Amino acid sequence: MNWGSLDAFLAMGGYGTYVWGSYGVTILCIILEILSLKTSKGRSTA
Amino acid sequence: MAFDLFRFAAPQAFFPLAGKLIPWFSILAGMLALAGLYIAFFVAPTDHQQGEAYRIIFIHVPAAWMSMFLYVVMAGWAGVGLALNTRLSGMMASAIAPTGALFTFVALWSGALWGKPTWGTWWVWDARLTSELVLLFLYLGFIALKGAIPDPVRADRAGAILALVGVVNVPIIYFSVQWWNTLHQGASVSLMRAPSMAATMLFGMLLMALAAWMYSFATAFARLRAIILERERDAEWVRLQRAAA
Repeated sequence: MNWGSLDAFLAMGGYGTYVWGSYGVTILCIILEILSLKTSKGRSTA
Repeated sequence: MAFDLFRFAAPQAFFPLAGKLIPWFSILAGMLALAGLYIAFFVAPTDHQQGEAYRIIFIHVPAAWMSMFLYVVMAGWAGVGLALNTRLSGMMASAIAPTGALFTFVALWSGALWGKPTWGTWWVWDARLTSELVLLFLYLGFIALKGAIPDPVRADRAGAILALVGVVNVPIIYFSVQWWNTLHQGASVSLMRAPSMAATMLFGMLLMALAAWMYSFATAFARLRAIILERERDAEWVRLQRAAA
């Protein structure tokens, strides 16, 4: 699929807030979980 | 009997195996997610009814599947621990719960962001949405209950009973769209649907679901290792492990 431009890709046909809001929060949750696992591992082995 | 699977029921045997598996599951999760995202944004066509808003499906459906699947696996391990008194089972259930809660939250969150442009509302108290919210509370309740009981053996037992009672919610979520008149649409993956449009969408969704599956293995095993070290901290092998680290 060809979006034409980066702006068109980010706009998601007017649904950018909803689409990127979903993907963004999902990625944020994953990053937070991985960070919490790294610190918990450090704490247990310390 | 060259390979004894039950050997890995002992925490000290499973600990190094989990450690070896985590990088592989992580790499697989990353590669599957990249392929899935590529299909989601660059291969799958625009939906003629929902426009680009439908692309939330690639997050929403795999997250919703995992939220239910992980709960069943968690309750299964909790049940095994309750019945057989195996040490690792309760730890396995504890290790799965936060990842299950994460996927449940993601399913609810992406559902709200999908509902607003397509249904005109962030939230309705219909059967599908409400039972999925109950699932989130079951996960959080399980985590809170186990966290509130200092004795790990008693915590495992209490948690197992909560998890097993809560299992009844999973078929309610799954069949809610058939049993009640809900705003939520029916099952996304059906053998009855015409495959013309669904093919690339379905493939992207399956890749994302597999990525979520691999991710769950990686995070659950990483958390399991932390739990094993915590619970078995007085064991000889853990002291040797720490001395070596």
